[in-house]
Amino acid sequence: MKYLHLIWASLFRRKTRTVLTLVSIIAAFLLFGLLDAVRSSFSQAGQSANGAARLQTGSKLSFIQTLPLSLTQQIERVDGVKAVAYANWFGGAYQDPHNQVFSFAVSPNYLDLFPEIAVGDDQRKAFASTRTGALVGEKLAQRFGWKVGDRIPLQSNIFPDRSGSKNWQFDVVGILRASDKKTGGWFDQMFLLNWKYFDDTTPYNQGAAGWYVTRVTDVNQADRVAKAIDALSANSDHETRTQTEQAASAAWMKQIADIGLIVGSIMGAVFFTLLLLSGNTMMQAVRERTSEIAVLKTIGFSSRSVLAMVLAESVLLLVLGGLAGLGLATVIIPVVSAGSGGMLNLPSVGAGSWTLGLALMAGIGIVVGALPAWNAMRLNIVDALAGR
Amino acid sequence: MRVTWLINVGLVVLLAVVLAAWVMLPWPGALALAVLLAAWLLLTRRGRQTLSVANVGISTLSQRLGSSGVIVVGIAGVVGVLVSLLSMAEGYAETLRKTGGTDSVIVMRGGSASEVSSVLARDSIALIQQADGIARNDKGEPLASEELVVAANLPVKGGAADETGSVQLRGIGERGWAVRPQAKIIAGKSFGPGLRELVVGQGAARQFAGLVPGGTVRLGAQTWTVAGVFATGDALESEIWADGTVVSDTYRRGGSRTSVTARLADPQAFKTLKAALEANPQLQVDVTTTLDYFSKQSEGVTKVLRIIGITVGSIMAIGAMFGALNTMFAAVAARAREIATLRAIGFSGLPVVVAVMLETMLLALAGGVIGGLLAWAIFDGYGASTMAAGSVGKLSFALRVSPDLLWTGLKWALAIGFIGGLFPAVRAARLPVTTALREL
Repeated sequence: MKYLHLIWASLFRRKTRTVLTLVSIIAAFLLFGLLDAVRSSFSQAGQSANGAARLQTGSKLSFIQTLPLSLTQQIERVDGVKAVAYANWFGGAYQDPHNQVFSFAVSPNYLDLFPEIAVGDDQRKAFASTRTGALVGEKLAQRFGWKVGDRIPLQSNIFPDRSGSKNWQFDVVGILRASDKKTGGWFDQMFLLNWKYFDDTTPYNQGAAGWYVTRVTDVNQADRVAKAIDALSANSDHETRTQTEQAASAAWMKQIADIGLIVGSIMGAVFFTLLLLSGNTMMQAVRERTSEIAVLKTIGFSSRSVLAMVLAESVLLLVLGGLAGLGLATVIIPVVSAGSGGMLNLPSVGAGSWTLGLALMAGIGIVVGALPAWNAMRLNIVDALAGR
Repeated sequence: MRVTWLINVGLVVLLAVVLAAWVMLPWPGALALAVLLAAWLLLTRRGRQTLSVANVGISTLSQRLGSSGVIVVGIAGVVGVLVSLLSMAEGYAETLRKTGGTDSVIVMRGGSASEVSSVLARDSIALIQQADGIARNDKGEPLASEELVVAANLPVKGGAADETGSVQLRGIGERGWAVRPQAKIIAGKSFGPGLRELVVGQGAARQFAGLVPGGTVRLGAQTWTVAGVFATGDALESEIWADGTVVSDTYRRGGSRTSVTARLADPQAFKTLKAALEANPQLQVDVTTTLDYFSKQSEGVTKVLRIIGITVGSIMAIGAMFGALNTMFAAVAARAREIATLRAIGFSGLPVVVAVMLETMLLALAGGVIGGLLAWAIFDGYGASTMAAGSVGKLSFALRVSPDLLWTGLKWALAIGFIGGLFPAVRAARLPVTTALREL
């Protein structure tokens, strides 16, 4: 610690070069912060304790195939089932077909199964008693400027009503909030409507359920319950496939893209480049200080402390830039999320990203400093001072 | 001090203008610029001076291999990542674009975003197929196929035992093959009418297990036999096809279908066909050419992929740019005395500026070429797949590094080199001769 001043001084010996290198490091760690946030938002989807205790039952044939409503009572009777709800995909869009809204028609008890969704009791009552009622996620409401009491038109890209029109009207009766902000990326984007209103209005559903959601009494029994539910419809024309919510969302994400691989390869390219950039800076910095280092050694600094000082200098360079970059990412992410009006929802830079980031800073710092530090340690005083 | 500051502001404004123009520039423009530059270098006195100064810089590059390498590798990294990311967007868009043509149409229920969400009743289908403007075969039957598009869960190749993925299953009508002349059976045979048999696209066969001629797969509670494999060279290859009536039984859809695909008698017939069908009060349908339909499907995803590519590329470019600035400042500082000597014996500032810029841009060009070639070598034709928008199955597509993309990458490389060289060059030219000469 007592050498900090000396290390600091040698780091900023040439301000332009250090600042330029710092900007490169900041850019790299900013990118790291953003991409790691994207990666973790994908990998965390559905990975909560509640997600492990909920089962999703859909048609084995395909996710667009519906199931008979009579399954509700059958599933309820399965040992270990606490509650069953059902839902249908509505496929809503607001104003423009591109403004897609995650909208489902849900059974009256649907919200009972999702304790992580916070909604006022009177708003739930209003939802149950208003035929055209809708509960709207907080972020979604912000995005389109909806308030409780608004009557909003929503276009379904799948279901017309009996007159053939695809324009539906809903009354916003309540706002959904995620009680746990970390997994909230999904719940506060939802739009829930009454299944009964949906089924009565469109001639294309006819009393079918899109999928069932089951809450089990004991998480450890989830696999057994899932098998028991699937056994109910084995060899019928509506075989089902039941998975925990965790497994289902992981499978779904995997079908969209291998996010981990893409993010990993981009970061590989970025850090490889960074390694060269800052390595070059450190080599230059030590080369031009050759005579100074010789003087340090002459006045009694041991070879080892010279080595440590050069290493400390390069780690300090990386840590300064890395902290600034990750800090910038922390500031930028909420701004980007807000600026996109709820279109993009990135979680903030989490503890995991910070830890990985710090490890990377230290690691790159040591790798980058190793060669110049080695050279400085092995420096021969006489040769260096003679300029050979 | 004041003057330096003003000059720097001026440089930044100049930079913004040059970059904006550069982004718009097509390659013939760049070629013309290069020819102009070469002419100036070879024909004017200042140009020849520039050339000789640049020569000194370039011939000593080997002594500064490490630090010059930083520029090349840094820019190669930027261009490589940028081109690879953009090649995803390009490959995706191209696969969907070439699926359609202006000589065939797709008819769906009004307002349907995609085939899967459309429903057409049996009587509507009969009306659509008899419409004027649809081509007819030798027997006088309309070249139109009523189709039922649904999704099916199949086990993924190389996945865990119970891992399934979704594939788009298309139940085609009698003339389903005739409306798509690009579809060819490449192994086995077509499905038999009325049988639980599938023909699978070669893209689907690559992704899902058991899709080989003679193999069997389970759809829900039923067992289906794979009769053959087909190839189309476009997005349809990611689908599996079967007899429409059998699919309809399995999915309990009765006589309804999701869409009708038809060949036009000639491309001009589209307008009249569209007008006739959409005005018919018994129908409520949208008529689009297949080209429009499939291009539209790719729009959203392509845009998102492009934005991601450009964002990541920009942040990396900032890093590489400062790396280049750093290296060139160091290079100029090391040559300060040499440059001052040149100026003392009568060289003006301009050749010095242009020479330093030339050197940087040459390094940048090398980086751009290496990065682009790497991206091309690794990712051109690389197979990828994703859940496609507007479809219910995984779409397999090949990444495509087109010449256009490579050109974009080179433009980025040269822009980074331009900025990275400009400031050090101006500093070199403006350093007072006496100060530089006195410096050790």
